[in-house]
Amino acid sequence: MNRRVTIVDYGSGNLLSVRRALECCAGEVTLAQTPEQVRHADRLVLPGVGAFAHCMALLRGLDLLDPLKEVAARGNPFLGICVGMQILMTEGHEFGKHAGLGLIDGMVEPIPTLDGDGGRLKVPHIGWNALGEPIAGRWDKTLLDGGLRGGSQVYFVHSYAARPANSDDRLAETRYGGQAICAAVAKDNVVGTQFHPEKSAEAGLDLLERFLGW
Amino acid sequence: MLTTRIIPCLDVKDGRVVKGVNFVDLVDAGDPVEQAKVYDAAGADELTFLDITASSDNRDTIYDVVARTAEQVFMPLTVGGGVRTVEDIRKLLLAGADKASIMTAAVHNPDFVKEAAERFGSQCIVVALDAKTVAPGKWEIFTHGGRNPTGIDAVGWAKRMVELGAGELLLTSMDRDGTKQGFNLELTRAVSDAVSVPVIASGGVGTLDHLVEGVTEGHASAVLAASIFHFGEYTIAEAKAHMAAAGVKIRPVQTA
Repeated sequence: MNRRVTIVDYGSGNLLSVRRALECCAGEVTLAQTPEQVRHADRLVLPGVGAFAHCMALLRGLDLLDPLKEVAARGNPFLGICVGMQILMTEGHEFGKHAGLGLIDGMVEPIPTLDGDGGRLKVPHIGWNALGEPIAGRWDKTLLDGGLRGGSQVYFVHSYAARPANSDDRLAETRYGGQAICAAVAKDNVVGTQFHPEKSAEAGLDLLERFLGW
Repeated sequence: MLTTRIIPCLDVKDGRVVKGVNFVDLVDAGDPVEQAKVYDAAGADELTFLDITASSDNRDTIYDVVARTAEQVFMPLTVGGGVRTVEDIRKLLLAGADKASIMTAAVHNPDFVKEAAERFGSQCIVVALDAKTVAPGKWEIFTHGGRNPTGIDAVGWAKRMVELGAGELLLTSMDRDGTKQGFNLELTRAVSDAVSVPVIASGGVGTLDHLVEGVTEGHASAVLAASIFHFGEYTIAEAKAHMAAAGVKIRPVQTA
């Protein structure tokens, strides 16, 4: 099986860190900036940092929205990371309401700034946190069915979080301030992680390794 | 539950570590990449490089250091020291840094923080505050390693930096830095409680209890230390075990 992977290079994100982590897992990385290059992907990684609308505007400016949807519809493995995960959703509520790619139903909303007891919660949510399975067995045969089962932690840095409309699309959650925040989404071949696998040491590399073998 | 980060800080000059891990088994202890790998394996949660290169001729060495580190270490990396322009930040991020720490440039031009946050996102903009006690319960921002007073109140400045888009604050007590007497807890708490973003406590760590206090009494979200780790007094694992025993949530050190 090939280990080819295409990273969407649209001017957002710590693309090099993602690239190095995939190469560390023996991935054969190519970067895609044009609709043609995106359409040719065997596996696609969509990184992203910054604001939701800004990332969407950059993709739109490069005419990449339709090619991304085509790759997802074709069934190729598709991984969104951080804001790259958030824009998989229907709509984002950062600096106004903005349409996302709509590959997974649901909204992206601010992390509540109060915890369950009414205390103030620091936002952004920055640091290492553990992942949980929303329901037993949800991780079976998914990208999380590996080292993360051992309770390993992963690195987060975000102020907004996805709320999938269908609970089946919620792949993982993490506890912050007494609340469960969506940490990963998945629907068929499309997966998104709110955390950064490329910055999550062994646990993150384990996930990327699975992605390359998927 | 979110864990408290332990962040070792390495001073880098002309591309070489000048204050770092004192491990005899390193082939090249002056190589930042070697040191970063040691800290990664030891379970550090994040790494900060402080570039103290004085000569502008050698300023570009830090980009090479960051690039070589990011090739081998898959953990968050912050770089501070001499970050003055949007172009400096862009080059650091392109080299593989995750966050840039701004200090003096923010004092000279606060809108630089806003410009940087709008361009790159708040998540990668750390503002560093060097604060010194000027009266009981009152702290002032200093620059140039605590030599130059600015007349700026530290707590007010912290709030303003967050309003302008800082995603995190790195707070150093200049009274305590290098003293090993512990963080200035009153200062740390005053700033942490005044802002909505995480605060990293720095300056003065001499014992493992100091790390715990920074969180429990100083309300810091993360703790940064240099010398207690570099000179082999304590390992990251010992620091984590101590904090866990005191009830502070930490990321367990993975033992291979």
